[in-house]
Amino acid sequence: MANALFNVVRAIGLSLIFAMPAFAIDSFQLPEDPATLTRYQVLAEEFRCLVCQNQNLADSNADLANDLKRELVELLESGKSDDQIREFLVARYGDFVLYRPPVNKATAMLWLAPLIGVLGIGLVVVLLWRRGRNEGDVVTAEPVVDEDISNALNELRAAKAEPQDKES
Amino acid sequence: MKRFILPVVFLGGLVTLLAAGLGLNPREVPSPLIGKPVPPFALPTLNAPDRQVGHTELKGQPYLFNVWASWCPTCYQEHELLVELSQRGVNVVGLNIEDKREDALKMLARGGNPYSVVLVDADGRSRIDWGVIATPETFVVDAQGIIRHKHTGAITWKDWQETIAPLFEQLYREMEPANG
Repeated sequence: MANALFNVVRAIGLSLIFAMPAFAIDSFQLPEDPATLTRYQVLAEEFRCLVCQNQNLADSNADLANDLKRELVELLESGKSDDQIREFLVARYGDFVLYRPPVNKATAMLWLAPLIGVLGIGLVVVLLWRRGRNEGDVVTAEPVVDEDISNALNELRAAKAEPQDKES
Repeated sequence: MKRFILPVVFLGGLVTLLAAGLGLNPREVPSPLIGKPVPPFALPTLNAPDRQVGHTELKGQPYLFNVWASWCPTCYQEHELLVELSQRGVNVVGLNIEDKREDALKMLARGGNPYSVVLVDADGRSRIDWGVIATPETFVVDAQGIIRHKHTGAITWKDWQETIAPLFEQLYREMEPANG
């Protein structure tokens, strides 16, 4: 029993060792200066890997992403500011390279969409609430009857009523 | 029945919007380089690695700037078309990226060589200047060295007839006043 338990524990332990995430092996020298390394890490998370599109540079191992990270290190070590590096990449790859795109004509819809959505939902909520309140006040909730059916019923009633009139 | 109209219209609009989005190619990212001069470069050529060709030497006539590699399967798809265009007199310049020289030469020996010159970007630095995301990509450059159009992915005959050929003809027409 104790032996079996030991095997289970050992299996879990081994699987944990092999489940270690495979860290990206970068094909270039990371900055040695800790401050530069921090800037590098922040920037690498800010830029989109254009091959995989839904990953940032830091997470991507694509060929282009590695080349761009190498470029990033070189730009940092040549003394470029963060803004200059952003400009460098935007000049080549466009605003799409930035995960947080700037507000301009092309991205206006992107930035305004959440606001429009919230306003739209608010409008619907207000309308529903007002309608609900009005109906609650009057309490004459008429049964929902299709117009065709009610017309047919009326005709039937009229038809029934007519012969009675003749008899009397 | 009236109360269903609004939701149905809303749903229809949403479906149309999403369908249009699905039809787009997410790889076709608009290039900020359109209308700008080609990025400056001086690169060795595939045939003569000790000889360098710079961007100024390519000025004077419109050309296709085709970014390719022998390890790129899609590049083989458009290769035949490029060979035929070059036979028709279109100046095709190649940028061979991150490739082995012998592999690149082998591909050209087998499929034909459409390029008037192949520039070698062994470490992929120059392609960053061109904003290249994935091979193949093709830029249309005018006689003044201004980038006028970018095509992402393999060029098909449809692309050539509908988009690139008319632009190329226009670029040649633009040259005429300067010549005359």
